[in-house]
Amino acid sequence: MADPLTPGIAPARLSPQEIASNFEDLHAPLSPHEAAVAADRCYFCHDAPCVEACPTDIDIPLFIRQIATGQPEAAGRTILEANILGGMCARVCPTEDLCEGACVRETAEGKPVEIGRLQRHATDSVMARQGHPFDRAAPTGKRIAVVGAGPAGLACAHGLARRGHDVTVYEARPKPGGLNEYGIAAYKSVDDFAAREVAWLAEIGGITFDYGRALGRDLTLEGLAAEFDAVFLGVGLGDVNRLDVEGADREGVDDAVGFIAELRQASDLSTLPVGRNVVVIGGGMTAIDVAVQSKLLGAENVTIAYRRSQDRMGASRYEQDLAATRGVRIVCNAQPKAIHGNGAAAEIELEYTAEDGDGGLRGTGETMRLPADQVFRAIGQTFVPAPGLEMQGRKLKVTGAGRTSMAKVWAGGDCTPGEDLTVVAVAEGRDAAADIHAALDTDG
Amino acid sequence: MANLETDFVGIKSPNPFWLASAPPTDKEYNVRRAFEAGWGGVVWKTLGSEGPPVVNVNGPRYGAIHGADRRLLGLNNIELITDRPLETNLEEMARVKADWPDRALIASIMVPCEEAAWKAILPRVAETGADGIELNFGCPHGMSERGMGSAVGQVPEYIEMVTRWCKQYYDRPVIVKLTPNITDIRKPAAAARNGGADAVSLINTINSITSVNLDTMSPEPSIDGKGSHGGYCGPAVKPIALSMVSEIARDEVTRGLPISGIGGVTTWRDAAEFISLGCGNVQVCTAAMTYGFRIVEEMKRGLSAWMDEKGHASVADVVGRAVPNVTDWQYLNLNYVTKARIDQEACIKCGRCYAACEDTSHQAIAMKPGRVFEVIDAECVACNLCVDVCPVEECITMVELASGSVDPRTGRTVEDAYANWTTHPNNPAAVTAAE
Repeated sequence: MADPLTPGIAPARLSPQEIASNFEDLHAPLSPHEAAVAADRCYFCHDAPCVEACPTDIDIPLFIRQIATGQPEAAGRTILEANILGGMCARVCPTEDLCEGACVRETAEGKPVEIGRLQRHATDSVMARQGHPFDRAAPTGKRIAVVGAGPAGLACAHGLARRGHDVTVYEARPKPGGLNEYGIAAYKSVDDFAAREVAWLAEIGGITFDYGRALGRDLTLEGLAAEFDAVFLGVGLGDVNRLDVEGADREGVDDAVGFIAELRQASDLSTLPVGRNVVVIGGGMTAIDVAVQSKLLGAENVTIAYRRSQDRMGASRYEQDLAATRGVRIVCNAQPKAIHGNGAAAEIELEYTAEDGDGGLRGTGETMRLPADQVFRAIGQTFVPAPGLEMQGRKLKVTGAGRTSMAKVWAGGDCTPGEDLTVVAVAEGRDAAADIHAALDTDG
Repeated sequence: MANLETDFVGIKSPNPFWLASAPPTDKEYNVRRAFEAGWGGVVWKTLGSEGPPVVNVNGPRYGAIHGADRRLLGLNNIELITDRPLETNLEEMARVKADWPDRALIASIMVPCEEAAWKAILPRVAETGADGIELNFGCPHGMSERGMGSAVGQVPEYIEMVTRWCKQYYDRPVIVKLTPNITDIRKPAAAARNGGADAVSLINTINSITSVNLDTMSPEPSIDGKGSHGGYCGPAVKPIALSMVSEIARDEVTRGLPISGIGGVTTWRDAAEFISLGCGNVQVCTAAMTYGFRIVEEMKRGLSAWMDEKGHASVADVVGRAVPNVTDWQYLNLNYVTKARIDQEACIKCGRCYAACEDTSHQAIAMKPGRVFEVIDAECVACNLCVDVCPVEECITMVELASGSVDPRTGRTVEDAYANWTTHPNNPAAVTAAE
């Protein structure tokens, strides 16, 4: 029996029907008429700000006009030419910070053209038809290793395969997709979209996937560089930051990224345990995703505790509002001081903070306690350095289109500097593929 | 509240909004609903001669042009005149008129171009108590193939001849409905006047094919794979109608001939514009077909409110007010110099003005860092394209250069005096101004 008031961490707080309903598509697909109306709002701006704001430079006014003139599949092709994962980006991009944030109708009316939903309409249309929309060039005989089947690796693999190269994609996990498959809130990628998108992408041909193979464990960079004509690293961020407070090792203190991965892979969400009182530490997209999903699973109280002020939160305002409408409470300027409990976590002690002038943060000494039988750490992920490659800060150093310090080795995505966004990873993978292709041609 | 009552060639109606002769006025049932909804008058769907009525196609009769959100901008139809027996229509007209004596009821008629045919039907119509007749010389499809409708309207001599018969055999007002499918609308209007017409009404529909089905290669509306041109109407035709109305209103031969304005009237504003260009009333069809009869309420309230605001006591007070300002191009003031001005506060930085000017006009808008768009006065010819393509109303305006200032484009000082092409030095046929 579903019981939302079960103490501690427990599954089935809601009925399977309620959970299924909670995890439905965040934004329903646009019907053809809705798409026509939404498309008609585009002004076809000169040198459009939305394109400028898109890390993959999709010709947004053009694809929207193609929808308006009754050719959503052609629109989809326009998108996919620039961004082969345009389908996922349509679902997960923080459009409010990117294209839609730059839309002149946002300036004019606070109501931008719904670029994300239109992009989904177009990419869904083209993906629904039989056959892959792009042709593969004649085989070149060149072989490239891509490490990591996340957005960067997939974009790179497609770009190379399309140019006739043979690509082997090594992936540590049992499935491809990276954060598209294991991260990202479930309601943004329903109906197994991440897996379907990879299968569709691989229809280009020339891509072989090798799962359960991790760099540093099963593969070495030297080995790959010796075996292949080029290597692309899209390994993402392999580690999560620790919470350094008293009681951080108590049962019930969990890693948000791991919980989201477990949730995304669960075949039955009503079997997934979640706390009655959940506290999330962090202020980014992961914090929002884990908080909202905890609520949707039936947690009674979910609180996000962020140590700085609200305007410093990594999550967009839109995401914050989404959390608020789902009943998540956001507490700002509060940092964890201790997690109390008799064994398992039962309570979290938070200390209020104040920011001094130069970005520093200090506790004010004033504290509060919240019931917390589950505490999620969502305080960032870190790159696990790869031996032999130069670093830039905490990430891999790259120059140009993803060239690392080692010959024949390129990199892109979250493991390299730049914003940790799917769309940025796609752009980097795409551009590295073009650069690798050019380099191989020059060499050959 | 302004008085909307009108007296159009002796026909009184409580407001200037009549339903045009068309599908909405084909039957007693529809017309009663129209009067209940408040329409000032109805021109009954066109009657034909006694005998077996015409038949219509049994497939689609209408085609459409849609704007955003499937807003109906233009409608095309291939429906013929009434396909019900003459007797039925006459009986219904008599009953409706008896029950609604304050509303105008006009009989639209289309019979062959023979005196006997007109002589036969006119007394029958008179017996219904209808307030007048409208001669359908406009229908461009179907009936025109049989020598009626626009086939008559395109021959001024026929118009004059038939009008004269009608004035001979009928003693109430005769309105001649004109086809726009003609080069010079003044000619048929003059013919109607010569024949003794009390008024003209225009425009009837325009020859049109709304679209082609690219799968079947058939024009729409398609009847079993074939299409025929239809008559185009709705908001899209309003500019054409306004121009034709104004031509009749200002031509010395037809000036003063009462006009019933037709063509895309959808709102009170459209009606006010037709009236200002010389129409004594307006006839509406597509707007009613799109939204239903109750749309007349907005038209009535809107026209009344605008008249109150402007201090017009009656519709007659508005008729023709804009006519003196319709002129020939050659009389436009060439000393009137304006420049586009962009309100930077209102600008949303879409750049459409820039694209339009840079690609298709005079390269008179500069795009500066930060997407700031500014007019280059030295290049601006004041064409107004930027104003028209700007999505923000009033963001770009045309500002007149003060007399005495220098137009940076021409280097000339703006003169206060009016001067037009007829006296311009570049005009080989220029007349020298009197010394």
